[in-house]
Amino acid sequence: MDNKELVLSTNNLGKYFYEPSKFKVLNDISIQAYKGEFLTLVGKSGSGKSTLLYCLSTMDTDYDGELHILGNKITGKKPDELAAIRNRHIGFVFQFHYLLPEFTCLKNIMIPALKLGTYSYKEIEEKAYQKLEALGLKDLALKQASKLSGGQQQRVSIARALINDPAIIMCDEPTGNLDSKNTQIVYDIFKQLSHETHQTIIAVTHDNDFAKASDRTIELEDGHITNHRKLLFD
Amino acid sequence: MKNINYDIALTHILTRKKQTLVAALGVTIGVAIYLFMNSLGSGFNKYGTAEIFKNNAHIKIYKKDETSSVLSSDKSTLNVIVNPQVTTLSKTIINPQSLLNTVRKEPYITNAIEVVDVSVFYNKGKTQLKGTSDGVNMVEYAQMYNTSAYMLAGDVKNLKQNLNGIIIGKGIAEKFSLNMDDNITVTSSYGVSKVLKVVGIFSMGNSLTDDSKSFMNISTAQQFLKEGSSYVTTIYANTVNSDNSTQYAQKLQALTPYTVEDWKTSNADILSSDVTRKTLMTSISLSILLVAAFGIYNILSATITQKINDIAILKALGFKGKDVIRIFITEAVIMGIIGNFLGLCFGGALIYVLSHIQLSGTNSTFPIYFEAKLFAQSFLLGLIITICAGYFPAKKAANVDPVSIFRK
Repeated sequence: MDNKELVLSTNNLGKYFYEPSKFKVLNDISIQAYKGEFLTLVGKSGSGKSTLLYCLSTMDTDYDGELHILGNKITGKKPDELAAIRNRHIGFVFQFHYLLPEFTCLKNIMIPALKLGTYSYKEIEEKAYQKLEALGLKDLALKQASKLSGGQQQRVSIARALINDPAIIMCDEPTGNLDSKNTQIVYDIFKQLSHETHQTIIAVTHDNDFAKASDRTIELEDGHITNHRKLLFD
Repeated sequence: MKNINYDIALTHILTRKKQTLVAALGVTIGVAIYLFMNSLGSGFNKYGTAEIFKNNAHIKIYKKDETSSVLSSDKSTLNVIVNPQVTTLSKTIINPQSLLNTVRKEPYITNAIEVVDVSVFYNKGKTQLKGTSDGVNMVEYAQMYNTSAYMLAGDVKNLKQNLNGIIIGKGIAEKFSLNMDDNITVTSSYGVSKVLKVVGIFSMGNSLTDDSKSFMNISTAQQFLKEGSSYVTTIYANTVNSDNSTQYAQKLQALTPYTVEDWKTSNADILSSDVTRKTLMTSISLSILLVAAFGIYNILSATITQKINDIAILKALGFKGKDVIRIFITEAVIMGIIGNFLGLCFGGALIYVLSHIQLSGTNSTFPIYFEAKLFAQSFLLGLIITICAGYFPAKKAANVDPVSIFRK
């Protein structure tokens, strides 16, 4: 597959931390992510991989260089515009699952779609049920999020990330808190998402097995890219 | 639920019923006290005004004392030495009937009467009491001042066509131990003395008036002053709205050369004490409302600190700053509306209870009434303060940086 469709790219992205003293965490990072690619960012603690992910996520806007998502220049946009872009095009999965505890699983999944407001409440509910079913969680739909196990919560949060059919799914240590069985489930889901529905996955991880299983791994060390290991991309 | 922001706000409220109730109760107390104190203040003002109108008209027209002036203003001639003093000219209003008719024709005048006031002495044996007597058409006068309500004995109609009758205050009756149909000798400063029959006794609930005031027929009063039937000292008029009396007085002033004075000018001292009381009550009740607002501020701030992760995740999912503000303002408004509603009920109950408590020394109850305007005002103010109290924590929540939360 030679003419791969570019989904996300950075151009000489650099970032400083000012506390406790000025320190360059990211140094001229230029990366590309393509449609349907399962990309992992690896590196030691403090290598800047999470910082890079948050810059890519549009939540962190304090960086040098440029960020493009789906052909649009993201750098310099207003916070409200960025929020709309996140809502429409980016799904998030975090290490500590971050569901809203007072809501049911179903409602948690529906929230980004209700915010987007493209579909009616009924249609969104229908769609949320489909996502839950696909992840084998249909029985938990009306359970309160705070009453679920860690693995279940993580799968629900993946369902939430998928509700608006985003082009990119960003994950920060998605399996960091899970046992091997749940890790395998999450991995299978991601594999399926990237290869069947052609969504791009960018995941920060320090789980080597997880990284090895991905299509491509970018390794960071002290804010530099040290290894750009490309795997077979079919 | 149509909007996800309201949905989230409602869920927060419903899962934190206790905090919501505590915040709402703060508003309840604030709004209740605000409503109650303002109703009480307004009631007292009305009561005070009613007291004034027992024997004051909205507008008074009289001839002001004139000071004699230099006859010639021509400076080129010789200076004339004069001794300026109040002229001894009669205090009468010339052609009072025509003026009265003019006044009565004005659309804003409800009542107008002519009055001859006389300084008199009430005598019994060697005892003498000083006082004033109003020579009036008693039936018209009673209509204007509602005097019938204050009659202890007799009737205002008894004075009609009765040139030898007098209606006296309760104090005079007690001091002279006079009853109905007893005689009383009345002397004027012009040396006229008459024996009049008591045909009525009134009590205004004000000892100054009750101890000195009496009413007699207008012709009787003219006789005391040794004046003819066209002699009238004052014209009193009531208007449709006592609050606008100053404007009406100005309009009347354009119609007559005599002095037109409204009740606000005559009673400026009483009105200024009303203003002081109102200011005091408003400031106390406002500060209580403000304290209630701090309750909401505190509880919302605590909610936001607790829910900072949720706020971060909402922002990551694409909620804008103004969405977050809307969520928390909605929560504040819900708390405010619950508190407001309870507050109006509670305040209303306080008003109801107090309006049934006897005011000591009189046969009336506390002058406090249900005033729709004050209810609306309390509700509005309560809501505005709640929204302000909600805005600041909401703004703080809107500025949460999700990255800094996720990185912890």
